[in-house]
Formats: sequence, C-alpha cells, structure tokens
Amino acid sequence: MTASTVERRESLGEFFLRAPAIGPALALVVAVVVFSLSTSTFLELDNLSLVVEQSLVVGTLALGQTLIILTAGIDLSNAAAMVLATLLMAKLLVGGVPGGLALILGVLVTAALGLVTGSLVTRVKLPPFIVTLGLFTMLTAAAKLVADGQAVPIAPGSLLAWLGTRRYLFGGIPVTYGMTLALVMYLVLWYALTRTAWGKHVYAVGNAPEAARLSGIKVNRTIVSVYLVAGLIFGIAAWQALGRVPNADPNAYQLGNLDSITAVVLGGTSLFGGRGSVFGTMMGALIVTVLRSGLTQLGVDSLYQDVATGALVIAAVAVDRLARRQK
Amino acid sequence: MRQRSLLCLVTAGLLAVSGCTVERHWGGSSAPAGSGQAKVGLVTKTETNPYFVELRNAASAAAQAQGAEFMALAGQFDGDNDGQVRAIENMVQQGVTTILITPNSSTGVLAAIERARQAGVMVIALDTATDPADAVDATYATDNVAAGRQQGAYVKAALAGSAPKVIMIDGTAGSTVDTYRHNGFLEGIGLRDGDPAIVGRDNANGDQSIAQQKMENLLQRSTDLNAVYTMNEPTARGAYAALQARGLRILMGSIDGGCQGVQNVRDGQYAATVMQFPRKMAEEGVAAAVRYAKTGEKPSGFIDTGSVVITDRPMPGVPSQDTTWGLQNCWGTK
Repeated sequence: MTASTVERRESLGEFFLRAPAIGPALALVVAVVVFSLSTSTFLELDNLSLVVEQSLVVGTLALGQTLIILTAGIDLSNAAAMVLATLLMAKLLVGGVPGGLALILGVLVTAALGLVTGSLVTRVKLPPFIVTLGLFTMLTAAAKLVADGQAVPIAPGSLLAWLGTRRYLFGGIPVTYGMTLALVMYLVLWYALTRTAWGKHVYAVGNAPEAARLSGIKVNRTIVSVYLVAGLIFGIAAWQALGRVPNADPNAYQLGNLDSITAVVLGGTSLFGGRGSVFGTMMGALIVTVLRSGLTQLGVDSLYQDVATGALVIAAVAVDRLARRQK
Repeated sequence: MRQRSLLCLVTAGLLAVSGCTVERHWGGSSAPAGSGQAKVGLVTKTETNPYFVELRNAASAAAQAQGAEFMALAGQFDGDNDGQVRAIENMVQQGVTTILITPNSSTGVLAAIERARQAGVMVIALDTATDPADAVDATYATDNVAAGRQQGAYVKAALAGSAPKVIMIDGTAGSTVDTYRHNGFLEGIGLRDGDPAIVGRDNANGDQSIAQQKMENLLQRSTDLNAVYTMNEPTARGAYAALQARGLRILMGSIDGGCQGVQNVRDGQYAATVMQFPRKMAEEGVAAAVRYAKTGEKPSGFIDTGSVVITDRPMPGVPSQDTTWGLQNCWGTK
C-alpha cells in the first residue's frame, strides 16, 4: 500500500519533469470546462477569441521572459521597455514618420536595451535582477519624459494599430492579425528552442552553466543572444499593445513585468532555469485571462480574482518544487 | 564651514533623490515673515498626468503674474504618500508661505501637513480633499459628488423614462474621488448600490486598456444594458472600444473635461462628460496664497470650483455646454 503510493507519486513527479507544459494545459482545460459548465456565455466563439486577444500583450512579454528565465535570469524591465517603445512609435507616427519605419525604430530600441542588459549580465557579471530593476526605473521615467504628460492616440487605421484588425476565418471564427503573429512567434521559438543547437545551448546554460562551458558552449554569447531576442520580442509586444489599444500611455502596464513572470511560472517554467517551454507559457498567459473572464461572468469581485491568481502562482511553484524533490 | 558645505551637499542630494524638482524660480534665503512676499509650493500626485501638468502650469503662470515665487514637487506615482511627505518637508525647509497640495490619499500626508501648519505655513488642498477636511486651511476642488450627480442626471434624462440597466466602470477601490463620483452618479440617476438595475460593475484603475478588458468581460456576462457609467475619460475610451467591438451603441457618460475627452464627445463615442476646472483651482489657490502673504487672511472650508456637463445633445432640466465651448475650456493638449 505504502510502497505503491510512493511509486505513483514518483512517476507523477517524473511525468511533470518530462513534459512541463502538461500541468498548465490540464489546469487550462479544467478552467475552461468549469466556466463553460457554470456560465452560459463563456463557451462562445466570440468570447474565446476575446480571451485570446486579451492575453496577447502579456503573452508576448512572457515569451521573451521565458527565454530569459530559461537561462536562470529574470527581466523586471520588459513592460517598461514595451511602454517606452509604444510611446516612441506613436510619437514618431504623429510626427510624420511612416508607420513601418516608426515600428522598426521602436523594435530596434527594445532590442538594443536587450543587448545592453545581456552585456551587463555577462561582461560586468551583474545579477539580471539588479540590471533590470535599474532599467525598469530608468525606462519608466524615460517613457514619462517622452510622453510629457500626455497619452498619444494613433489613428486606428494605421499600420501601428493593424494587429488589432479582426478577420473571420471560415466565415465565423474571429481572429486578429495579432493572434496570428503571436502563433507564428510561438512556433518559431518552439522550433528554435527544441530543434536547433542554439535552443539546446539555452537550456544547457540555464541548467548548469559550468558544465555548459566545459562542453564547449559559448555561455556568454548564448546569454547575450537570449536578451537580444527577448528585446526584439518586447518591441513586438509594443506593437501588440498598440493593436489592442491605439493610444500610447506612459501609465499603462505598470504591472506588466510581474504579469509576464506570472504567466511564465504558471506555464511550468522553472525560475531556477533550464526547464520549461514556450507552450507552457502560452497556457500560463491564457490561464490568467480565462480566470478573469470566467470569474467576471460568474459575478466574482475583481479583488477575489486577484486572490485566486496569486494562490495559483504559489501552487504552481509548489508543484515545480515537489516534482524536483521527487526526481 | 566644511561641515556646513557637507550638509548642503547632503541636502541637495536628498532633494534630488526625493524627487522631481520641476520648477524653482528662486534661490537663496527664505523670505522673512510678514514681508508680503508670497512663496508658493505646489505638491501634485504625479508629474506626468496631464491633469496635474495643467494644474502645475496654471499655478506657475498665476504665480508669475502675481509676483509670487513658485516651486513644484510631486510624488512619483499615484499613491506615493512618502514622496509627498518629503516634498512638504523640503518646502517648509525652504521657507514657503503657502503649500498647495493634491493629496495622494486623504489621510496619508496629514502629519506632514500638520507640521507645516505649525511652522506657520498655510496649506490648501487642491482637487482632492483631506479627511478630515479641516486638516488643511481650505480646499479648492471639484465637488465630485456633484459632478457624479450631473452625469447621473444627464443619463437619467437621456434614458427618457426607460428603466435604467447600468454597467459601472469605477476607478480604484477605496479612493475618495472615485467613491464620490460613484455615489453622486447613483444619486443623480436615482439608484442605490446593489440595485438589480446595476447589471455589472468593476474597477479599472482609470486605465484605458484595463477598462476595455473589464468591459469586454462584463458584456460577455450580459449585453442587456442601456447605460454606462465611467469614472473618467480614459475609462470611457476603453469601455467604448469594448462596446463598439460588439456593435453596441449604449448611452455613456464620463467625468473629467480633458480635451481628448471633449473631442470623444464631439465624435459621438459617448454622450456627455462632466468637465472640471484644474486651472481655476490653481489660480484661486495662488491668489489665496498672495492674499495670505500680504494680509495674513486665510480662506477656509470647501470652495467648489464647479463642474459643467459637456454634450452636443442637451437634455431638458440638465444645464450643459456644447463641445465647442468644451474645447475652448478643456484642460490638457488640444
């Protein structure tokens, strides 16, 4: 009796370790089923589409955050970089720069910030927490300086707002360009992480940097490349944000950095590096929005929704720890 | 001597850290009491909200026009009580005669205000009242209950007799301004909290993207509504985006009177907004400071700087101005 219990728990732990996205996928399915049964409104195509749309900005931030956390780093400045990029793009557009150029310049800025972060982490050996904490403060201020006290609205028809455009697939499935772009990004990163040498290096660096170095992996170069790619992704998150709300606001997404970490953690990626997946993160971002949407439709006060989300984060990390201990 | 310069250095450093010296039109020693020279310090919630930018620019201009010295400090974010306390202390240190403050929380900075008043500084609350109200010498502000009541009265009139089914998008839970506007609206439309006619409500912290998301989720619950209350104009823009995506044209009101908001009303995104007048608050506050420096006379109590319904669809029984007037009198960038 006792022996079989122990054996079952061990195999469960191993199961979670082998496929870290399974847990969050199950949680997501359970949440969707519960809300579909308990409300008459949740399981409508329009609503499901909306939930996906609501998760895009944080989901995109979380995608870059996943890469960084896989190397046992963390980025507290990602949402601030994104907000700064939305303001730069919008200001350039309003100032007469073509939308495409404004977009590229904005993305280049966040990519450059990623390069700076990566260099400080690898060359000066600063903890990512400290570097990005400092950047968070600076970038938040920079966004407010650029904004000069004003949110900057952009024309809904412009290229910068294009990702919010909705199309109906097969005559009925509502899809925005932003969703398509997010899906492409997830697929590309999934491929890069699981099917390329670079991806294997990222996991190896996060798992055991010293071992990775001894086996010939250029640890510093890998880490810098991760921050650079993440920076690019944060720039694209800015584009997603303008597609969702065509109004660049320096006060928006104040908790975006923490929301992105929440999504990554709920997605089963270990904060200690080396273990996790982009599809887990996708689930994690969706879980939060599903929870908010479903609980609202049940009439639950939003403060209780915050309580539920927080409890879920702690539970997710607890599962991660228990799974590791049983390994 | 050396110690003293060290002290100066430390003070300068602390000032820099404590944040955000925006404007200082004077240097050197403090004016002796009774000299008649007004030194006005303005403490706003943040530096970057367009509303406070307007307040600051108006106070600065009024001070210049009336020959008063002027400095402005601010908290770093909404709710930064600590930053405001430091700002007050720095201003007292520098010998201001009057502090104009938009307190971040009605109770968070009371001790610092008390110390400032004991040091002989007149303190006037702008825009947001303290609790208790007599913690300051006087308050120049929008009566937010009255502003909410006007939004409620307009919506009630525009519903033209049909029973209200309202969604309320509030601001931040526990903020007095939000509570006053919320309660005023209910009074104006003739409902009570918990009434089944309120088909949904949620907090959006005055943030456009959060408001959009909350409205989308509430609309998923029910689209059987005929009116929307929004706590401010960014909230109204977010709510409008959610309604528009569902093809709903719902009667919506808001409060603020920012130029972008008035333009939204003109474009037909929502029916009306209730304008408040930060410039007037700042000008009257500075005038009171100058009077105090000259005569020692202090204002007292709550001085309502008024609010006006802005709409292009006026309703009988609800006094209002059109958006052309609104665009001439709005605050923020036009």
